[in-house]
Amino acid sequence: MSTVTGTRHLLRLILRRDRLLLPLWVLVLAVLPMSYAASFFELLQTDAQRAAYVTGTARNPSIIALLGPLYGDSIGALTAQRSGFLLVIVALASLLTVIRHTRTEEEAGRRELLGSTVLGRHAGLTAALLVTYAADLLLGLLTTAGLIATGLPATGSVAYGLAAGLTGVVFATIGGLAAQLTETAGGGRGIAIAVLGGAFGLRLVGDTAAHDWPSWLSPLGWAARVRAYEGERWWVLALPLAATVLVAAVAYPLSVRRDLGAGLLPPRLGPATAGRALSGPFGLAWRLHRGQILWWSVGFGLLGLILGGAAQAAGRSVEGNPQLEEIMARIGGATGLADAYLGATLSVAGLAATGYGVQAALRMRSEEIAGRAEPLLATGAHRSTWLLSHVLFALLGPVVVLAVTGLAAGLTYGQSVHDVSGQLPRMVGAGLAQVPAAWVLAGLAVLLYGLLPRLASAAWAVLAVCVLLGQLGAVLNLNQWLLDLSPFTHTPQVLRDTWSPTPLYTLPAVALALALAGLTTFHHRDVPTT
Amino acid sequence: METPIEVSGLVKTFGRTRALDGLDLTVRAGEVHGFLGPNGSGKSTTIRVLLGLLRADAGAVRLLGGDPWRDAVALHRRLAYVPGDVTLWPNLSGGEVIDLLGRMRGGLDPKRRAELLESFELDPRKKGRAYSKGNRQKVGLVAALASDVELLILDEPTSGLDPLMEEVFQHWVRRAKRDGRTVLLSSHILAEVEALCDRVTIIRNGRAVESGTLGDLRHLHRTSIEAEVAAPLDGLAELPGVHDLRVDGHRVRFDVDTAALDTALRRLTELGVRSLVSQPPTLEELFLRHYESASAESAPAEAVQ
Repeated sequence: MSTVTGTRHLLRLILRRDRLLLPLWVLVLAVLPMSYAASFFELLQTDAQRAAYVTGTARNPSIIALLGPLYGDSIGALTAQRSGFLLVIVALASLLTVIRHTRTEEEAGRRELLGSTVLGRHAGLTAALLVTYAADLLLGLLTTAGLIATGLPATGSVAYGLAAGLTGVVFATIGGLAAQLTETAGGGRGIAIAVLGGAFGLRLVGDTAAHDWPSWLSPLGWAARVRAYEGERWWVLALPLAATVLVAAVAYPLSVRRDLGAGLLPPRLGPATAGRALSGPFGLAWRLHRGQILWWSVGFGLLGLILGGAAQAAGRSVEGNPQLEEIMARIGGATGLADAYLGATLSVAGLAATGYGVQAALRMRSEEIAGRAEPLLATGAHRSTWLLSHVLFALLGPVVVLAVTGLAAGLTYGQSVHDVSGQLPRMVGAGLAQVPAAWVLAGLAVLLYGLLPRLASAAWAVLAVCVLLGQLGAVLNLNQWLLDLSPFTHTPQVLRDTWSPTPLYTLPAVALALALAGLTTFHHRDVPTT
Repeated sequence: METPIEVSGLVKTFGRTRALDGLDLTVRAGEVHGFLGPNGSGKSTTIRVLLGLLRADAGAVRLLGGDPWRDAVALHRRLAYVPGDVTLWPNLSGGEVIDLLGRMRGGLDPKRRAELLESFELDPRKKGRAYSKGNRQKVGLVAALASDVELLILDEPTSGLDPLMEEVFQHWVRRAKRDGRTVLLSSHILAEVEALCDRVTIIRNGRAVESGTLGDLRHLHRTSIEAEVAAPLDGLAELPGVHDLRVDGHRVRFDVDTAALDTALRRLTELGVRSLVSQPPTLEELFLRHYESASAESAPAEAVQ
């Protein structure tokens, strides 16, 4: 029996379980670059229109920070840049898929059941990786085909498709490694997402700073450096391949050396009695959520420091280009540019913090499914108290995380422009301005949990649609009423000169109404609903 | 003194499935009441209705003199519940969970908590994720048995415990009874029920089919006998209390009521016994027999409908 015996059966099992999810993300992520290209062809028909977009938008440091560098002014180059953020989503989907089929299975004990059948030691990891690699390469293939179909050159389209697919492959392997390190799937996801965040940070710094060596260290920076459509550098594709082999070479021995169910870091003993704080739902919720609040704050604090530190350089990067300087002067000069950069990057932090809020709210659902809610609700704790103890952290979490981001950005940006006392409150305000939209989606998650518990995770789908609306809105010229459906459309741009404070109380009011409706419906339903 | 649990005509449906179909259940103060039934018969559903977690569709339910749905919080301070599959928070130690649950009920007796930890041989410092199935179950049991409550609701609490720990569990349930507490013990382990329970209710398909003391239910008991005899067989079939007789040459197989066991064995030894296997009925067999007769009675009525 070889170490991969049974991989074929596991492959079929994974494909059966993911028959909807997998094709969905592959298809959506493959279609988006094509739609970007199509709309560029439609909107930028003359050279003048293209030049205006390049100088006004594509070379804007805040756009470069979010999406990546621009290597030319062809439609192909613009499309490749515009698709930059999709690489983050491809990477995220890939690593989550691998962890879902490795550590999650092991934690749930299903792996043990399968492990007792004829199954090689490496079969589990191999099957999860193969499925995800195949999905990523299919995504690359479809992307290439779609881009060629819009009329872009075939060579560049192949280069871009390969680069996107291989980015997914690298992060799938990173997910496979992270799954070996901790005992829980949550811990593994945390590590892999932290690596993704680090890669994003490196790329962001490298692309906006004078020297781009940090981007060369980031697996998210390689795809752009293939320079699709602008004199392809095929050798760069060797970087993701080499990284994949390297990471897999670490993950495989680990998966064999450790015991089933165990992680690398041994579990520690806890206290024999509970402290005074742990005596009710709120004490328990604090214990369950505090680790996440801490780590998210640390991560976002670092991100804030980087963003704030890079802002001034981003603002000055147009110096020496009279044409750009003139355009930038109109929006407030280097300061205006730095503000635009900070506003755009903080809004991405806002999206991530929303994800945190949704996940904290859905913690209730996983507690219920795992059977941990039932014994608690059979004590003197009121249902509402239990629900509110989790909702508190779903609402408070984004506030803390975004305040920390703003604080850190204010510190480093203030330092660089010698105005800490002035910039610190501004940046904290800009961070906190993202909170109301995050609350709306957290409120929606609470309502879904109370009303339609089986569909509670649809809150993620709503978040994804809102993010896509934001990404696609400007490019596809979507109707304003459609864009208005997303709470993020209403987030006030407080770093600009004029902005309306209305959403600062209408959005929280909507969030409150949603959460209250969730509370009421939860009060009247069966627990557990499975 | 009030009756701790009084259920009559309880109906609970999930979509098109009728999980409880007119269930009656009465648990008297100070007794250990066995709640028996195969998987999926509605035991856990009944208990969740009693705990106010599920809402009854029809029927009357009284728990400790109150309405389990409306007065949930006040009633929960007076009871402790152990589910059949205790799941713990991965990052909380067993001791923390015991204290948390105890404090959220009516409080915990620290002396009894220490005694329980010792007799169940449970290390309270381990994190939730490090416990085996049996040890997770012990965490739930210690938390419930150490709580100062009047009523214990135990839903198949000993699943995953080894025989030694089963003994310890029985000791503590007896002690709880001595302290004047009422216990509802859902189980499908007949030995456990026989050792502990004053009265028993058997349910099938969401309906109570039998309720009474264990003595009342003895008539359900039959022992199955498999033997090889020296002489050709006769005179067994006519004996009262012998059922399902099958003869294959010198080999014989039959079931016999406890009351007729002595007579049947006498008859066998007269024939010359070469080998003998006797098996007390498993709970499943007991159910099957009881259910077969029950469905035979109800079948014509259903056919008319």
